[in-house]
Amino acid sequence: MTRRAVARALVYLSLVLATLVVLLPLTVVFLTSLKTSGEMADDSGALTLPDDPLNFDNYVTAFQDGRMLSAFGNTAVILVVAIGGTVLIGSMTAYAIDRFRFRFRKLVLALFLVAALVPGVTTQVATFQIVNSLGMFDSLWAPIALYMGTDIVSIYIFLQFVRSIPVSLDESARIDGANAFTVYRKVIFPLLKPAIATVVIVKGINVYNDFYIPFLYMPSEDLGVISTSLFRFKGPFGAHWETISAGAILVIVPTLVVFLFLQRFIYNGFTRGATK
Amino acid sequence: MTDTTRKAARPVPPAAPAGPTPPTAARRPRRWRGVTPWLFLIAPLVLLIAFTYAPIVNMVAYSFTDWDGVSPELRYTGAENYAELFTRPELFEVFFVSGYYLAASVVQIAAALYFATVLSFNVRFRNFFKGVLFFPYLINGVAIGFVFLYFFQDGGTLDAILSLFGYDGDRAWLGTPASANVSLAGVSVWRYMGLNFVLFLGAIQSIPGELYEAAELDGANRWQQFRHIIAPGIRPVLSLSVILSVSGSLSVFEIPYIMTGGATGTETFVIQTVKLAFQFNKTGLASAAAVVLLLIILAVTWVQRRLVPDDKVDLV
Repeated sequence: MTRRAVARALVYLSLVLATLVVLLPLTVVFLTSLKTSGEMADDSGALTLPDDPLNFDNYVTAFQDGRMLSAFGNTAVILVVAIGGTVLIGSMTAYAIDRFRFRFRKLVLALFLVAALVPGVTTQVATFQIVNSLGMFDSLWAPIALYMGTDIVSIYIFLQFVRSIPVSLDESARIDGANAFTVYRKVIFPLLKPAIATVVIVKGINVYNDFYIPFLYMPSEDLGVISTSLFRFKGPFGAHWETISAGAILVIVPTLVVFLFLQRFIYNGFTRGATK
Repeated sequence: MTDTTRKAARPVPPAAPAGPTPPTAARRPRRWRGVTPWLFLIAPLVLLIAFTYAPIVNMVAYSFTDWDGVSPELRYTGAENYAELFTRPELFEVFFVSGYYLAASVVQIAAALYFATVLSFNVRFRNFFKGVLFFPYLINGVAIGFVFLYFFQDGGTLDAILSLFGYDGDRAWLGTPASANVSLAGVSVWRYMGLNFVLFLGAIQSIPGELYEAAELDGANRWQQFRHIIAPGIRPVLSLSVILSVSGSLSVFEIPYIMTGGATGTETFVIQTVKLAFQFNKTGLASAAAVVLLLIILAVTWVQRRLVPDDKVDLV
C-alpha cells in the first residue's frame, strides 16, 4: 500500500469510530426501550437484542404515566408564542437600527451587544426575583418572556438581512406614500423570509431542548415541558430503565425527524447564528 | 461573510442625523421622524432591560446583603458575602471542576477541527458522517443525561463494551470524583463537538476553492494546505469557539445536574449557585457568587478580544 492509501484508510477508520461513539449509546437506549422489565431483570447485558422488537409497551407507559402529551402541548405553546415574538421583535429591532439614524442609536446597539456577553445562567438568581414580582412565576409566561427577551443571535441575523435589502426599495415605497410601519410590514418583513427560517430553526431547537428555564420557573407538574417532564422520570420510574429509555427516545425522535427533513437549513442556520 | 458586511457598513456615517433617511420623509411632520424608530424599539428595549440589565443591577445590590430571597427584611452586610466566598474552600472548590470541562474543550475543539478538515475534502458518505457528527448537538439535554446515565451504569453500555474486549466490567464510573468528572466531561464533548464541527466546516467551505488548487499545483501536501490555507481562514471562528468553550466550561449546569445532581464532587459553579439561591435561600451569597462568575466570564471575553482584535462582533 502506498502512503496515501494508508492515510485514506486511517481517515475512514477514524470516521467509522466516531460514528460508533455517537450512535452506540443511542442505539443501546433504543434497544433497551423495547425490552420488558423481565428481560431487564435477568441481567443479560446492555448489548443484547430485545426478545420482541415490536414491544412498544414501554412507550405507552412513558407517554401516559410520564404525562408526555401535556408536555408536548406546553412545549408547542411556548415554541409558537416565543418564536413568533422573537421573529417580530428581532426584525423590528433590526429595521429600526439599520434604517433610522436617531439619537442614542449607538447606545441602543451597545446595550444589545453587551447583553450578548452575559450568559443567562449567571443572572438567573436576580432574574428570578423580577419574574416573580411580575407575577409570571409558575406560568407559561415566564419562559415565553425570557426566550423573547434578549435574543441577540436573532437580532444579529435579522440585521445582516435588513442591511442586504436595498434602501431604494424603502424609498420608492415612501414615494408611494407608505409610512415607516407600512414599509416594515409590506417591504422589509416579506423579504426577510430566509432570515425568519433561520431564526425559527435555531430558536426552535434551543427552546425545545432547554431545561434550565422551565425547571426554575415552572415547578408545577401541569406545566411540564418535554425536558422537565422527562427529568421527572427519575423519580417514579427509578431503576426502570426500559421506561426511562422509552421516554428519552420519545423526546429524541421529533428532533431526528426535523433534522432529517431540514438538514441543509439547520447547518446553515447554525453557521449563520453562531458566528456572529 | 463578516468581511463583506463590515465593508458595506463602513460608508454609513455614524449616527449622523442627516444620513440616509429618505428625502421624502421631510414631507412628514418633523417631530414624528424622531419618534418612529423608538416605536419599533419599545418592546425589545423593555424586555432587554427587564430581563438582562435590571437583574444585573439587582444582583450586584443583593450581593452586598444577607437577603434570603423571600422575607421583606434585608440587611446590608458590605463585602461579607464575597469574603465568605473566597475564604470557605468548599464554596470555591467548584471552580476546580471547571478544569475538567476546560480540558475536555481542548479535546473537543481538536476533534472538531480534525473532522471538519477531513470532511471538507472528498470523502465517501460525506453527508452521512456530517449528519452523525452534528446530531448530538440537537438532542435534548435531559435525554442525553439519561442515555449516558445508562451508558455509565454498573453493567451498562460501557461495561458491556469493555467486557467484549476482555476487560472485566462492573466499575462505578460515576462513583469517584475523578472518574465521575472525566465521564461527565466526556459527555459534554459528545454533545457539543458537533457544533464546533459545523462552524469549522462552514468556515472552511467559505475559503475559495482556487486556493487549494493553486496550493496543489505548488506541490503542497494536506498538512501544508491545512497549515497555510485552512488555519488562517478559520481563525475568527476558532477564536469564537475558544471563548464559547471557556465561558461554557465555567457555567456547566445541565449534564451534571441531570446525571449526578452534583454528587461525588461533580458540583459545578452554577449548580452550587442554584442550590444556594433556591434550596438554602441564600440569595445574597448566591448573588455574590453569580457576580464573581459574571466578572470572570467578562474578563475572559475581554482578554480574548484583546488578543484577537480582528474578531470584533460586527453589529454596527
